[in-house]
Amino acid sequence: MLSRKLSSNSHGQDSSYFLGWEEYTKNPFHAIDNPNGIIQMGLAENQLSVDQIKGWLKRRNLTGCEPGVSDFKELASFQDYHGLPAFKSALAAFMGKIRDGRVTFDEEKIVLTAGATSANEILMFCLADPGDAFLLPTPYYPGFDRDLKWRTGVEIIPIHTSSSNNFRITTSSLEQAFRHAQTLGMTVKGVLITNPSNPLGTTITRSEFNQLIRFVDSKNIHLISDEIYAGTVFNNSPDGFISVAEALHCGNHSLSQRIHLVYSLSKDMGMPGFRVGLIYSNNPSLVSAATKMSSFGLVSAQTQYLLANMLSDESFVHSYIEENRKRIRERKQLMVSRLHEVGIPCLESNAGLFCWVDMRGLLDESGPSFGGEKRLWTRLIHEVGLNVCAGSSCHCSEPGWFRICFANMDEWAMEVAMDRIKSFADSIRGQEQAAGTVLGQRFILLLLLSFIFVDDLGRTLSSQVKS
Amino acid sequence: MGSHSSNRTRVPLSRMAMGNGHGEDSPYFDGWKAYQIDPFDPAENPHGVIQMGLAENQLCADLIEEWLIDHPEGSICTAGGSDKFRDIANFQDYHGLPKFRNGIAIFMGKVRGNRVKFDPDRIVMSGGATGAHDLIAFCLADPGDAFLVPTPYYPGFDRDLCWRTGVKILPVNCKSSNNFKITKKALEEAYNGAVDAGIRVKGLIITNPSNPLGTTLDRATMKDLVDFVNEMNIHLVCDEIYAATLFRGPDFISIAEVIEEYDDDCCNRDLIHIIYSLSKDMGLPGFRIGIVYSYNDDVVRCGRKMSSFGLISSQTQHLIASMLSDDEFVERFIAESSARLAKRHGYFTHELERVGIRCLDSNAGLFVWMDLRELLAEQTFEAEMVLWRVVIHKVKLNVSPGSSFHCSEPGWYRVCIANMDDQTMEIALARIRSFVLENMMGNCMRVVRSKESKAVECKLKVSFSNRKMEEVMKMPCSMSPCSPMPPRSPLVRART
Repeated sequence: MLSRKLSSNSHGQDSSYFLGWEEYTKNPFHAIDNPNGIIQMGLAENQLSVDQIKGWLKRRNLTGCEPGVSDFKELASFQDYHGLPAFKSALAAFMGKIRDGRVTFDEEKIVLTAGATSANEILMFCLADPGDAFLLPTPYYPGFDRDLKWRTGVEIIPIHTSSSNNFRITTSSLEQAFRHAQTLGMTVKGVLITNPSNPLGTTITRSEFNQLIRFVDSKNIHLISDEIYAGTVFNNSPDGFISVAEALHCGNHSLSQRIHLVYSLSKDMGMPGFRVGLIYSNNPSLVSAATKMSSFGLVSAQTQYLLANMLSDESFVHSYIEENRKRIRERKQLMVSRLHEVGIPCLESNAGLFCWVDMRGLLDESGPSFGGEKRLWTRLIHEVGLNVCAGSSCHCSEPGWFRICFANMDEWAMEVAMDRIKSFADSIRGQEQAAGTVLGQRFILLLLLSFIFVDDLGRTLSSQVKS
Repeated sequence: MGSHSSNRTRVPLSRMAMGNGHGEDSPYFDGWKAYQIDPFDPAENPHGVIQMGLAENQLCADLIEEWLIDHPEGSICTAGGSDKFRDIANFQDYHGLPKFRNGIAIFMGKVRGNRVKFDPDRIVMSGGATGAHDLIAFCLADPGDAFLVPTPYYPGFDRDLCWRTGVKILPVNCKSSNNFKITKKALEEAYNGAVDAGIRVKGLIITNPSNPLGTTLDRATMKDLVDFVNEMNIHLVCDEIYAATLFRGPDFISIAEVIEEYDDDCCNRDLIHIIYSLSKDMGLPGFRIGIVYSYNDDVVRCGRKMSSFGLISSQTQHLIASMLSDDEFVERFIAESSARLAKRHGYFTHELERVGIRCLDSNAGLFVWMDLRELLAEQTFEAEMVLWRVVIHKVKLNVSPGSSFHCSEPGWYRVCIANMDDQTMEIALARIRSFVLENMMGNCMRVVRSKESKAVECKLKVSFSNRKMEEVMKMPCSMSPCSPMPPRSPLVRART
């Protein structure tokens, strides 16, 4: 009666990532109205810099974004899928600024889409046929299962990473994933990374960049870099933020046609509701096909107009980028230090709106397992009242890691959340100590009993011998 | 500079990207391209191509502008509205802003004379009607399945319904002999044809009011369609994007009203879906406001998830929610829009009639379905394209040939009339008159010359009067040149 897509659950919304949201929705925290509700720490939103944008709006006082009578009609009628030129030009400049000018972007190579969700799906439709595969390093954003696979029929093959090397991508893990795809009979069409990574919050190193480039070049496949968190890089790692855009000017023409970026204003500007995404590519055939396909989800002309104005205000953009980075850094440091105080480490990171938190020490078994992770996640939601994202929903190959977001709440809620984690961690440690004490006592008792037994046995034996 | 790379095999894009499923090779878009190269502007380019191929409604933009200026609370960009900015900018819930859905539901009811109510919880957002078509096709059909679509139909359906979904369109041929009504016979023929070819039909898609015909379906036809889909157990998708463009009787009857007349055991509501948008009724195509309204709970649930790929900007949702909650404005807008369309349509068709050009009798839409069959050298689609190229390149009007709408008969053209001001309309009419006049003159000379030879070769029915000729000659002419016409007078009417 209905399509297979409708009847299946390949929309991916049965994963704990979405279930956590549902739990939060039923019982959302509010400082006054519902102080015991669930705090949303599963949503990678940036609400730290909204006041800056509000300030800009008040200063500019655009009368409904449609400054004059004659302009409104044109705006309301503007449905050209090439997008408002002023907007694309401002976007290209903005993308260069958040990379500190290390790369520049050409507005003609931008395809506007309804958010990064749509951009990623369009890239799959344009680069792969049903049944083909893209390789993705784990852990990865849970939404990719829907965005990349659901309606496109494309498969995701994981590139496994490990905490032993801080989840870095290696040539051997790339090769392994490629071979695995081949054994499944799939044609690999490309690699897709998120850089800065969601959920890790790290940017790729020079070594990872070189390995990725060599790998896609040697296999003659595409490389997509979802750089939606580019503006959240708050610390310079030793290599700085290396955007995959650097490969666009590598001098290798064939390779440069196979490198594509995805971007959005949802995270950097905190505007997920405005549905502003884009694909950036040197490949004119791809730009042409994707532009046509963007018809299914164009950016509202009203929104393009507002943001063209905002992003072309250079002094505002400059101060916004700096202040935004500063606030993200400070908030992240707050969370990391509070978690550290209770013995919970985080992966060292330099970007993102979240931390990749090592909660293996809080699992309820001696050896980590996904069952244990699920139980811990359930406790975190229902007992502690925190919606966090379990690593398994990000396809992490090791249990016990959680993504915890820090930029979508005010400081008060953050303090409440950290207090709750502390209480929870303390209670687990207390239980462990108590359990440890009990165990220790039992062990000592056993030991004593065993000595007594041996002693008795010895005496018995010796008496038998003697007798 | 990477010379070795020129020896490398280029990695192709997907079949979907490399194919022509985007539909832009159709002549529907060729005319747009001609317009883009040489667009009319009254001051800058008075001899440019006038865009009559774009079904936009620009007749009431002033009403919306006035409302915006009077209601700064509708915008989150103004000093007053910016307090709402945070919540709105952050809002990406695919359920949509509740007040937006409420506003849309009420508006849809008003446009149907409040004869039926809509449930806001059945409203699913999409990226314009374009996105809505793509979404509903993904929900209802699998690759290789088919939808039946009565001809002539909107050319964008080929892309919207088929490109990414792998679904096919099978035409239900409608004929001018009965004003392109959809008949049970035509539906059954199309359905049986699919069955014979081993194609699974998942649904029937209609546009009501029709694009390109501009007509609304009568109640009897609507009931035939409901009976048909229930009998075949297939879906019925009604694209009602032109619902508020009705400018005269008969009334527009929405599928929502028709199904109220059925008991549950006679009509399975899970089969019924409506596509809507504010692009035409409110003239806001740039804001990408598309809606899927389904009576099927599974489709609503799944459609919501799929709408993630084309949500409406929350900024726009907020504005529309504000606007549509202003009852007085909405009622005034609907009435005024209808009045202006009636006036434009009436004037345009009257002026065409005066030069002997007829259009299908219509009561809605932003266009007319013009009958130029008698101008064709022969009743073929090739001749239709020849005439069309003349109209684009010589008369300088971008109109859309019927073949791009999959019309089964050559000689029909869709001409859009609501996307220009009165001055441009006059210029377009003047060009048409001039074209008709010059060709009439040409034909008269040919008639005189061939008087001794067999006049019947011209196939002229000498039914136009000298009085008519004088009338035409008095009309203002534009300077547009046009090429010699085939030997048929445009004033000749097929008198039936």
